[in-house]
Parts: sequence; structure tokens; C-alpha cells
Amino acid sequence: MNNRKTEIKVGSNLEKVLASGQFCCTGEIGPVTYSSFDNIDKHAEEMRGKVDSVNFTDNQTAVVRLSSWAASLRLLQLGMEPNLQMVCRDRNRLAMQSDFLGAYAHGIRNVLCLTGDHQAFGNHPGCKGVFDLDSVQLIYMLKRLRDDGCFECGAECKVAPKFFIGCAENPFGDPFEFRPIRLEKKVNAGADFVQTQCILDMERFERFMELCVERGLHDRAYITAGIMPVKSPKMARYMQHGVPGMIVSEEFCQRLEKAEDAKAEAVQLSVEYINHCQEMKGVAGVHVMAVAWESIVPSVVEKAGLLPRPTF
Amino acid sequence: MIVVENKSAEDILKMVAPYKKILVAGCYGCVTVCLAGGEKEVGLLASQIRMAREKEGNPIEVLEQTVERQCDKEYLVNFQDKARDVEAIVSLACGIGIQYLAQVYEPIPVFPGVNTQFLGANLDVGVWEEYCMACGECVLDKTGGICPIARCSKSLLNGPCGGSQEGKCEVDKSVDCAWHLIYDRLKALGQLDKMAEYIPAKNWHRNEGPRKLVKEDLTLEQ
Repeated sequence: MNNRKTEIKVGSNLEKVLASGQFCCTGEIGPVTYSSFDNIDKHAEEMRGKVDSVNFTDNQTAVVRLSSWAASLRLLQLGMEPNLQMVCRDRNRLAMQSDFLGAYAHGIRNVLCLTGDHQAFGNHPGCKGVFDLDSVQLIYMLKRLRDDGCFECGAECKVAPKFFIGCAENPFGDPFEFRPIRLEKKVNAGADFVQTQCILDMERFERFMELCVERGLHDRAYITAGIMPVKSPKMARYMQHGVPGMIVSEEFCQRLEKAEDAKAEAVQLSVEYINHCQEMKGVAGVHVMAVAWESIVPSVVEKAGLLPRPTF
Repeated sequence: MIVVENKSAEDILKMVAPYKKILVAGCYGCVTVCLAGGEKEVGLLASQIRMAREKEGNPIEVLEQTVERQCDKEYLVNFQDKARDVEAIVSLACGIGIQYLAQVYEPIPVFPGVNTQFLGANLDVGVWEEYCMACGECVLDKTGGICPIARCSKSLLNGPCGGSQEGKCEVDKSVDCAWHLIYDRLKALGQLDKMAEYIPAKNWHRNEGPRKLVKEDLTLEQ
């Protein structure tokens, strides 16, 4: 367990859980490709009391979806805590800061800063990718807004948004040795917490965490491990070969393939990975992202022994 | 060099359909080097247009001329004898040459015979790759001589995104990850500390409209 006590900067529920030294558990909902809150309302109720905050992806895989911003606001209205994801692909620094002002004024307190999948993957491959800032620069912009009260241009922001700033890191990207250094750049820029790419190869994640701990990153930011219940062996194989930046271990695929009940095995694998992460030095919690299988999150969390969630 | 690709003869024939006498204008600069707009290609296109129109029973007279550089007024004047005599011009120069030719020879209509692609290097026979985006603020000193603006699919400045794997870009496995190349180069140079340096948000130099460079010491009017 992580016993760190840290000064509260923002006061979001997620920050309080992490600062209290308890093992955090966050969920994720992918907004739909049409104009409706139905899936958010449904999954929010499933996750209520089971996770500390819920991420909303920002046009993930470069497909147009209901905005992360609007989805986060909906969750607030339902009395739960969102984590607003923002990618660099779709907005320049003006649009980003403008959205942050609005998001904060509405009560959104957690932000996850990402580069974003390339537009070539999505349903508008001919669009112009913005990438005015990269994710490290985005983090730094948010930190200056919060701590120095100024916009990226240096001008004063009268009521500055004060976000609990998150970033991602992919232990499965290359060059592998650079990944902890890249994470350190993000922490130096102002990241308070980290959600890693989903772990489907525990050995590589362990090596990554060792390097992070060597650099002392776990003492400077809360590193949470990405957990993904993968509901079918076919999907696991697809991710093994077809998704850039992912590594899926052969053992992971085979366990799903050999299982009589693949879905039950998927839950079991997630539970084992979560419990393993709880024992690992430097891991402050887990982020459970059940892509297109959000309804399984409560069951994973419960079986992993993460309930009840702390309240403040 | 500026790398261009020829437009299809079909597209060009549509552009020149209303005319009976045209000039195909080439350039001995970059477009000659990338085998798309020099004297030889001017001849080829002119013949294609003549033959196609002959076949349609609607013959056209096509003049041919190539000058040193179409991006330079000094050489553009060399077109004047032929330009005076035609209804339209098809330029095989890059987008710069095409525009400047149109400006100098207004009101003669000038049509593009190529699609200007990028600033690139000639990697092999018939192979060119984008190496520079003319961003106006070179960072090659920080990146081991490999440009992340032009060669990273997302123009990232602080290292590879999560989609970089085994040296390849997430966009396509045939594309090298520029940041992986940078990492390897800096490692070989013993300069890996540069990978840890924060590179701040870039001024994309788009705040002055079309960019203009005036070298005071070289201007004729002081």
C-alpha cells in the first residue's frame, strides 16, 4: 500500500482517495456516436459507488462521439465525479483553454491530458489533425493555469481553473527505455496522476514500474495501472496484432482461448492483475477501462476486493 | 527540394478543353530533378494533349518551353514571346511557380499540371520523402538532425506518442517513427540527455499571414 500523505491541491474525490494513501479505482465510459446520454446514464448507475471517478474518452480512435466535456457534465449532474479526457488532435491551445474554463466553472476537477490517436484511424481520415500542443505541453499549460493563474500566452486568468492533472503513459510503446523518461517529462511539466495504457503483459509492466521507481516518479505522482477486461479471445488476438502501441502476452491470449467461459476468465484475469498491482511498489491504484463492456466493471472491482470505496 | 506529382492527362485535358492554342511551361528547378516538370515532361505532356485532341477531332496547338526557375521573375520573362501568343498556359512548376507565372502573365489563365506534395529528399530512384515543413523555427539541434515536425505524423516535440512500436509509426507500419529515429541518433551521439529536455509550445509562425522574408541588406530600395 501507498502511505503517502500529500497536500491536497484541488480537492477532487480522486485526489482525496490517492492522497489518503488508499488504492484508487477509476472507471471509464466511451461516449456514443449519436446525440444521447443513454449509455452514460446506464453505466453511471452501474459504476456508482464502485469507482472513485469516471473517465470520458475524447473522440477515441478519432471517431466522432458525444463530447467528453458534455459527458463529464452529465455525470456531475448525476452526482458522480468525472475525469475529462482531452486530446491534442482536435483542438488548438485557444479551444483547449476555453473548454477548461467552462469545464471548471461547471465543477469538473479531473483532467487527463493525451496526445490522441492519429486521425487516420477514424471516420474522418482526411481531416486536419491539430496537434498545436503535444501532451507534455498541454500538461504544462494546465499547471501554469492552476498554479500561476496565467494562460499559455502569459496573460492573467482572473479565476483560473484548478484541475487535478492527469496524464497517460504507455509502458508498451517504444523505445521502451525512454518511456519512464517521457513520464518524468510529464511529471516535471505538472502531472499529478498517471493512468497507464492497459496492461496485457504484466512482465513488461513490472519492468516499466521498476524503472519508474528507480527515478522516484512514484513519489512525485500517483501512478495508476490500466486494467482492461477483454471479453473474447478473438479481441485479445486482435489487440495483439492489430492495435499499435499494445503488447498482449501469449499467456493472456491462451488463457482466454482455453477457458470454457471466456468472459468469466476475462474477469478473473483482471482481478489477478489488479491484485498483483496492489502488491507492486509504486502503483497507487487501477484504472479499469472496459471498452464496450462497461457493465462488467462493478463485478471486476468487487471480486478484486476493492469495495467499499472510500468516502470523504 | 520541392517534390511534385503530375496531374493526370485527363484532368489537364479538362482544364484546357476550351482552348485552341496553349503553352506547356516547364521549370529546370526542383520539378526537373523530381522528374515531373522539366523539358522532357513538358514534351511528353504536350504530345499527350495534341494526340488526345487530334483523336477527338478537335486539334490544339501546343507550344513548349522550359525556363531556369518559375519562382523567379528574372526567368519568367523568358516566356513572354510564347505567352503573348496563347490562350492559356499549363505550368509544370511547383505551386509557387504556377502562381508567380499567373501573376506575371495576368490575364492569361494559368493551370496547374502537377500537385505539389512536400519538401523532401530523394531517398532512392523514384522515391522521395518529406523531411521539412518550413516551420520557420528549426529544432534540428535538439533532435539529432531529424525533424519531428515533418517526420512525426503528429509533429510532436517531446518524444514519441504511445503508438510508437518497434520503430514504426502508429499510422502505418511502413512509416518510421521519427522520435524512435531521434532516440537512436541521440543515443549514438551520446546526447540522450536531450530526450529529457522539455521543448516548449511552438510558435507556428502563422500570426503574420503568409510569411515574408525581407533581407534589408539585400534590398535595392533603402
